[in-house]
Amino acid sequence: MILQIPLVYYLILAAALFCIGLFGALSRRNAIAVLMGIELMLNAVNINLVAFWRYGSPDPIADQAGVVFALFVITLAAAEAAVGLALVIAIYRSRDTVNVEEIDLLKW
Amino acid sequence: MFQNITLVIPLLPLLAFAIIVLFTRNNNRTSALVAILGILASMAISYGVFTEALSEGHELAQHPFYGAPIVWAPFGNSTIEFGWFIDPIGAVMLFMVPTVCLMIFIYSVGYMRHTHVDEHGHHHSQDDPRYARFFAYISLFASMMLLVVVSSNLLEFFIGWEVMGFCSYALIGFWSFRGRQERHIDEAQVGRARAASIKAFLTTRVGDILLMSGMILLFITAGTLDFTKMFDPTTLNEMLLGESPLLGWTWPTLIALLIFGGTIGKSAQFPLHVWLPDAMEGPTPVSALIHAATMVSAGIFLVIRMFPLFVFASATGGQAMEVVAIVGAFTAIFAATMGLAQNDIKRVLAYSTISQLGYMLAALGIGAFVAGSFHLITHAFFKALLFLAAGSVLHAVGTNDMFKMGGLWRKMPITFITFLIGALSLMGIPPFAGFWSKDEILLEALREGFFHEGVPLTLVQFVYICLAAAAFLTALYTGRQIFLTFFGKPRDEHAYAHAHESPAWMWAPLAVLAVFTTFLGLWNTPFLPEFFRFVGEGGLLGLAEAFAHTEFDVLAQVSMVASVGIGLSGFLTAWAIYGFRPVAAGQPDPLARLGILWRALVNKYWLDELYGYKINLDGTAQPGLLIRFFGALSRAAYWFDRTIVDGLVNLGGWIGRALASLWGAFDTYVVDGIVNATGSTTGEMAGWWRKIQTGNVQNYALIAAAGAMAVAILFLLRSFT
Repeated sequence: MILQIPLVYYLILAAALFCIGLFGALSRRNAIAVLMGIELMLNAVNINLVAFWRYGSPDPIADQAGVVFALFVITLAAAEAAVGLALVIAIYRSRDTVNVEEIDLLKW
Repeated sequence: MFQNITLVIPLLPLLAFAIIVLFTRNNNRTSALVAILGILASMAISYGVFTEALSEGHELAQHPFYGAPIVWAPFGNSTIEFGWFIDPIGAVMLFMVPTVCLMIFIYSVGYMRHTHVDEHGHHHSQDDPRYARFFAYISLFASMMLLVVVSSNLLEFFIGWEVMGFCSYALIGFWSFRGRQERHIDEAQVGRARAASIKAFLTTRVGDILLMSGMILLFITAGTLDFTKMFDPTTLNEMLLGESPLLGWTWPTLIALLIFGGTIGKSAQFPLHVWLPDAMEGPTPVSALIHAATMVSAGIFLVIRMFPLFVFASATGGQAMEVVAIVGAFTAIFAATMGLAQNDIKRVLAYSTISQLGYMLAALGIGAFVAGSFHLITHAFFKALLFLAAGSVLHAVGTNDMFKMGGLWRKMPITFITFLIGALSLMGIPPFAGFWSKDEILLEALREGFFHEGVPLTLVQFVYICLAAAAFLTALYTGRQIFLTFFGKPRDEHAYAHAHESPAWMWAPLAVLAVFTTFLGLWNTPFLPEFFRFVGEGGLLGLAEAFAHTEFDVLAQVSMVASVGIGLSGFLTAWAIYGFRPVAAGQPDPLARLGILWRALVNKYWLDELYGYKINLDGTAQPGLLIRFFGALSRAAYWFDRTIVDGLVNLGGWIGRALASLWGAFDTYVVDGIVNATGSTTGEMAGWWRKIQTGNVQNYALIAAAGAMAVAILFLLRSFT
């Protein structure tokens, strides 16, 4: 039933989601919003992983690698969010801003 | 067993020297005491050794006291060991040197205290500003002479010899010092003393270099410098095998003559005698020390020590002994003539010393070893006596010029009598010591020269004639000295008025030396030759047979009468010229009528102008022709060196510098240019590229995304084609 929707739909959805996330990450000035963009990009990847698992694997029940990969990415995203937010708070405490354009200490 | 502490003998005066220099130099009396105690202790040990040597008798010659405990320089197959070596003549020297030195030391206590009279006629005595230093120097001097006497090794001998050279330099120039004391400084004297000390040092240096080369050659050819080993017949014969580089002479001859060169310098023989008369600028005790006990005796003693080598050289076809005899005989008469024309009381004695040293060498040269040695001993006593007495005179009158003296016997009777004893001894009048030793030499020369079995020996005849003539001249100039100094009317009332007998410190040594001078000759009379039995009968190491000693036969009696006759006739001639009608004040010397000959004598045959170093009365000095020639030569060589040699060297340097600056430019501009260009290009580019490091994280992310997109597009394009 589910297979009635072709794979390319999922891929387009994932690509769209990734582009939205990328745009957010690149264009938002607020560090929190940048983190949120990154989350969107990670989840776009997850959609890809799961879609390819379901459509690409000869025996999806026996071969769970794609789902496990997606789970790892979710775990990673959680960790990333935790570390990223902690960094944002730390930066805010020391510089009173979360504007990424003002956080440019590591330049030439 | 004093012989085992022989090496302490030279050490004691050395210790005195060290103590004076280090501790007591600010205390004049203590310094003098230390010096006298040092030489006294050393004399005690010397007498001990001498007594032991006497009890050995002539056996000692072949079995000398010997020990060499100090290993100085071990080489591959030879070792230089320092120690002591006492054969009979060495033992006699051990008796003579400390005795004479002690007398001179005691005398110096009084002599170095100057008396001057102020305008009120009061006498003031004051020590010489460098009184303590004087005693330090003479202690060192005596110590080194004793080292020469006891040394077992030519190198050890040479050490003493050279340090004596330094001491003589320091002491001859003793009054070249301009003290801070209020002592009146005589600029002329300062100049003369300075020039004389340098002259003495440099002239003897010529001889010393010859001696050193002889010593080095001896060590190379014989392999040892030890007196007990080098005269071994096998060693000497091995030396003959090699061919010496000079004129086909044998090694022993060459070495003997080089060593004799040292004697010529140190004992002031012709042609290196020029320093000795000028050495009179030193204080009188120094003159006595140099002329009697130490310096010049060391030169004779060197020939005595090396005598077997000379004998061997002559026996194997060399001419070593002959050269010694000729130089000695010629110097004896040559110096005697110059002594005739001196007005300085000490200079007369200086020439007489040169002449008497010539006697000794002539005696040694004709093989009369014992006679020559005995003359060395007696001469030391009577010459020390003469010098000290002359010093006593000039201490009293304040001038050296005999033409400002006269009639002094009334004022200073002790000095007069002692001087007379010394002078009679020098003239060869019996019974004084000089008579016996001089007569012995004349007898040996007469016997060898004219009554020798077989071929007549022209050389020895020449020696005899020279020595006999010198004996006459000696009596003549000594008589002149006595008459000018002690008899007649005072020629300088001022000096005469202040003349006085010297203090006991000075006349007591004179008396002791006069006693020795009177009786020492009895040690070796022709009828009782005790000295010969001790020194001559055992031969020497390397010369096993005894030296010839002749009986008291008709010839000996004739010779004795002849030498007394010669002496007396000389003295009577002096009386006829200077005593019968005394020279009045302002009158020239009667002998000045000799004209050009007299001028030659007064000017010492112009030898100072020829090759010496002429020291004028006013303290200036001019080098002689030879020195000037060598000076010009060295200046020319200097010019050559500066202009030509240095020019070439500088040219080479200049070319090197030019090349180097070329290479330097290449290095700076090309090599460094490349290196710097690499660096600066990198730096420039880094300057551009670092601008992309904005620090803005979104820029990075954008670039990363763009890059990924570019890769993806490339990938897509590729998959389409």
